[in-house]
Amino acid sequence: MAEGKIKVGIIGPGNIGTDLMYKVMKSKHLQMDFMTGIVESEGLARAREFGFKTSTDGVQAVADDPEVQIVFDATMASAHLINAPILKAAGKTVIDMTPAAVGPYVVPCVNLEKLGDVDNYNMVTCGGQATIPIVNAINEVADVEYAEIVASISSKSAGPGTRANIDEFTQTTKKGLETVGGADKARAVIILNPAEPPVMMCNTIYTIVKNPDEKAIKEAVEKRLAEIQQYVPGYQLRVPPLVDGNKVTVIIQVEGAGDFLPKYSGNLDIINSAAISVAEKLAEKMLSK
Amino acid sequence: MEKRRIHIVDTTLRDGSHAVSHSFSPEQVKAIAGGLDKVGVSIIECAHGDGIAGSTINYGFSAHNEMDLIKSAHEVIKNAQQGILLLPGIGTIEDLEEAYENGARVVRVATHCTEADVAIQHIKAAKKMGMFVCGFLMMVHMATPEKLLEQAKIFEEAGADYVNLADSSGYLLPADVTDRIKVLVEGLNIPVGFHAHNNLGLAIANSIAAVEAGATYIDATCRGLGAGAGNTQLEVLAAVFDRMGYDTGLDLYGTMDVAEEIVEPIMHRPQVIKTAPLMLGYAGVYSSFLLHTYRAAEKFGLNPRDILVELGKRKMVGGQEDMIVDVAYQLSQQKN
Repeated sequence: MAEGKIKVGIIGPGNIGTDLMYKVMKSKHLQMDFMTGIVESEGLARAREFGFKTSTDGVQAVADDPEVQIVFDATMASAHLINAPILKAAGKTVIDMTPAAVGPYVVPCVNLEKLGDVDNYNMVTCGGQATIPIVNAINEVADVEYAEIVASISSKSAGPGTRANIDEFTQTTKKGLETVGGADKARAVIILNPAEPPVMMCNTIYTIVKNPDEKAIKEAVEKRLAEIQQYVPGYQLRVPPLVDGNKVTVIIQVEGAGDFLPKYSGNLDIINSAAISVAEKLAEKMLSK
Repeated sequence: MEKRRIHIVDTTLRDGSHAVSHSFSPEQVKAIAGGLDKVGVSIIECAHGDGIAGSTINYGFSAHNEMDLIKSAHEVIKNAQQGILLLPGIGTIEDLEEAYENGARVVRVATHCTEADVAIQHIKAAKKMGMFVCGFLMMVHMATPEKLLEQAKIFEEAGADYVNLADSSGYLLPADVTDRIKVLVEGLNIPVGFHAHNNLGLAIANSIAAVEAGATYIDATCRGLGAGAGNTQLEVLAAVFDRMGYDTGLDLYGTMDVAEEIVEPIMHRPQVIKTAPLMLGYAGVYSSFLLHTYRAAEKFGLNPRDILVELGKRKMVGGQEDMIVDVAYQLSQQKN
């Protein structure tokens, strides 16, 4: 096992960026180092209180820092399109939390090992991180012709970025279900529910399969569940695979770790936990070189 | 005194689509839209019950390509405006553009009553395309009049031409409708409309309350065909509003004939208030859940009423049809 830690920078000190910071602080191979934004903010102040470097020079500040090796971009798609080439030129490895998709989609338990050398990883969407692993597991044993997911999240945990661009969520998730999940065709639906107390993130995964072998499907889903739980402990089955003809229905729930964001924000927690999982694997590789 | 003009939005081919499990054929669409076009409705809405691109496992697949249905309606509509419904999170701007190419010129962008901001991008895109746009708040029994006004203003600022309140659960009593419509009419600079469900037998009464409080757009369907116990019955509304002295532009006998001769023969069941739809209205559950609930109840050996009560308790919103399976599964586990 590799020793030591890799220094990490985070661009975007909002909810996602701050929760990432808390998760990096708990990591074995990652060292929180630099938080940057474009204006002074609560998030930057919080990072300073913890003793980390901060700057309002955004992407440039991390790009110019020789010690930072892994950078999380927690801004938005349009900003990442500008940030990506700057970070690439500076030789940083980037984990893109936005739907910009400059680099390939990555879902840790599905395709991280297969991606090879990549310097920009895209985290798809929260709904994608929650559902692609299950679709992929079913696809491996039953051949998924069509996958359809319904992600319901509490209104409180849908940030202004998601709200202003809800089409981006459905379209990016659909593409992820096809390219990483392995479905021939896919659809994604997102529902915001304002109920109080806030509802947990819940995802329904429907698939139409060619080989509806119930036993094989149940085993594959159970196995995948254990793999996801390694990086998202609050990931649980609500309804185990129901096989009805060639239709399979699975419902899962994601309870967040509550690092910075409330536990009902399982949607934000799963994408952040997945991103940390990617960064840790990268750090291990860097440290063993 | 001049009669007040009330625009009638017919949604037989959209909300009515739920009641026939999204099985309308191009021929049926042509017959219904063609008939409605001649009797004076202002807008003919034609889409999957859950809006464009609603054809899914979760909401039920359409038997025929939805864009072909929109195109079929377009071929026969000469007088009315042709509309669609779009639920952000289900349909996208890309779907909207395709519907426009096939003839839709009106779009109603529908969100849960507290989530209006997710519709801003779709409203702006539709306005840019030159469409007539309505911001449509669903499940309005779940929010106060003041909250609804705040949300309606988001639609108005985004460029909507009118705002519609939908009592998606058929839960409101006439006084509740009056309160909500009044606050919107006073607080907005654009017209206000109302969409009723008949789960408590109040669709006509609530439509009356809406216009008396100042609404100028009212949704209706032939024979009341729609989700749950259905909507406001068009031909009845035509008669009632005529008696009350409102100008709907409707030809009363014409609406009766379209309902009786064209729509009734293709209905799967009479649109009456059975126990389950009554429970929707009583418990405040989204009307489109009805047929999905019957199917889940049969599959898991449960009483539909128990599923609906639990969905109400969980405060599920429009579009969460998947939670019917979740509730049915959990209830069946408890039973065993």
